[in-house]
Amino acid sequence: MSIAPPDLPVGKNRGALDATADAEASGYVEPKTIRVKKRLTSRTATIASIIIALLWTIPTFGLFISSFRPAELIRTTGWWTIFTNPGFTLENYQDVLLSTSSSSPQLGSYIVNSIAIALLATIIPLVFASMAAYAFAWMRFRGVGVLFVVIFALQIIPLQMALVPLLQIFSTVLRPMQAWLHDVVPIIPEQNYLPLWVAHSIFGLPLAIFLLHNFISEIPADVIEAARVDGATHGQIFFRIVLPLSVPAIASFAIFQFIWVWNDLLVALIFSGGTQDVAPLTQRLAELTGTRGQDWQLLTAAAFISIIIPLIVFFSLQRYFVRGLLAGSTKG
Amino acid sequence: MTTADLLGKILQVVMGLVVFAAIVGLLIFFIDKAPKKGRDYWQLVGFLAPALILVSVGLIYPAIRTSILAFQTNAGDFTFDNFVWAFTQPAAIRTLINTVIWVLLVPTFATAVGLAYAVFIDRSRGEKFYKAILFMPIAISFVGASVIWKFVYEYRSGDREQIGLLNAIVVAFGGEPVQWLQTDPINTILLIVVMIWVQTGFAMVVLSAAIKGIATEQLEAAQLDGTNGWQRFTNVIVPGIRGSLVVVLTTISIATLKVFDIVRTMTAGNFNTSIVANEMYTQAFRASEIGRGSALALILFVMVLPIVIYNVNVLRKQREIR
Repeated sequence: MSIAPPDLPVGKNRGALDATADAEASGYVEPKTIRVKKRLTSRTATIASIIIALLWTIPTFGLFISSFRPAELIRTTGWWTIFTNPGFTLENYQDVLLSTSSSSPQLGSYIVNSIAIALLATIIPLVFASMAAYAFAWMRFRGVGVLFVVIFALQIIPLQMALVPLLQIFSTVLRPMQAWLHDVVPIIPEQNYLPLWVAHSIFGLPLAIFLLHNFISEIPADVIEAARVDGATHGQIFFRIVLPLSVPAIASFAIFQFIWVWNDLLVALIFSGGTQDVAPLTQRLAELTGTRGQDWQLLTAAAFISIIIPLIVFFSLQRYFVRGLLAGSTKG
Repeated sequence: MTTADLLGKILQVVMGLVVFAAIVGLLIFFIDKAPKKGRDYWQLVGFLAPALILVSVGLIYPAIRTSILAFQTNAGDFTFDNFVWAFTQPAAIRTLINTVIWVLLVPTFATAVGLAYAVFIDRSRGEKFYKAILFMPIAISFVGASVIWKFVYEYRSGDREQIGLLNAIVVAFGGEPVQWLQTDPINTILLIVVMIWVQTGFAMVVLSAAIKGIATEQLEAAQLDGTNGWQRFTNVIVPGIRGSLVVVLTTISIATLKVFDIVRTMTAGNFNTSIVANEMYTQAFRASEIGRGSALALILFVMVLPIVIYNVNVLRKQREIR
């Protein structure tokens, strides 16, 4: 929710933007830029940026330090006294992850849930959105403009508008399916991921269609027409030409959707049912904050576990992620 | 979690993937083997149908239905009571006021700090590292961010040593520790700080890219004219990135109007901190006041509507230019 941009297009800066990105990628900065830069940086600016950077890091850093401190020390001393009150333990992590006692958070199954939910909730909207984006970009039909603007506008319907009726639809349509599945394959719990997969796919579609359309519509027309002349069907063009060419756009949206789904709480609260069978990590963490708000040794470790996977995804694929953000906000 | 549970989950994912692949495969098969007559039409349907069906069932129909529910009692009779409640009950009014405060403060501060930071670190040594630091909270869930900040705001009574950073600072300067999250109105501001903390990185990345798009010649020319840093900032940089500024402001405004998790996790809307997005959940799913919840959702929609119209207009203009 936080990162889904409404994608207001600003075509103007685009060429320059791409050029800078390329220069950055190759590590080459023109000499003139450096000259101007020197005159622009001042000591005040440097100090200010260091202060902002510190302000932004310290809260997370404190949480990280605390998650490795023994419960007794967290409860009685501030994490910044780590050197005067030393203490290091992995017990907190052991407790929240591995302990099977009913009083511990038992995060293991929630991690599996989060991965299972995010996996399909990323793949499904991506495939359907790229098909729709291809149709919007390369199949001529009447009303394309209007339909596309409608899809674009849908991005900004607040999720909250859809929740009550969607829950009603799910309880009449999906619930019997879930029950049937449980009867046929008993190992699959009656509360399963189906509603979450469907809900996240729906909510991710408008943005996905919009972003991928921007990219797919810029594939040179010659390429597509040459394939048409050679007798390729739309299905073949889509799979053999459009999809392979769109890998960068697809990758950047995939990271978006993954992080979005991983971090979601609202959809999970309403459609998961909140049991260990289905509920994601965020829901469990929110629950712990409510009921175990004083057990900081559990909360800090659990919170750190919940942010570690998106952080890994984020830092390893940061380049794609940023590109996706910029495509959303600066491309037409 | 037992092994059987894990197997069940893996099986679910595999089955989900297989069923989905089968659906897509069938669809593509029909698209390619569509009857000669009206082939273009059937191909179009094949490509568009899945997305359109999902979006109509999951967004368009529900949005219409919610609008109707907002004007109904729980028994289904037509009424304005839900809106009367939203605009007359002190608690509900407070929710609306809080939402307005959120949407005024978050975009302003996140954009201002993001812009300042982007200008400060532009082309400096270690720019990438600086960027990553500010951008990191984007990847952290609101729930995770809430735990991080709850820890900063933690309160210990009496003479006990403070473990929350904020109270520790207050005490170090000789003040009395404060129960931050329970003290109205400072608690709303402190929740807003969390949202600003998350959103600033987004503003910074977009604006930084825009700043790099400004021609170096322009800056140099301004420099030769003897302008100082601030004049160059207001006369060259800001006009040069106006478009991106609008993008950032509108995006963060929308995100702020819809934010739910921060309030839910940190105070659950108690102590006068609720906002429309959170109250909607509380009314519809906790108190079973479907009508009130729907009315709040509709109010939320009306609040984002001006931004929607503005965005659609810009998009239409763009498409006409093409």
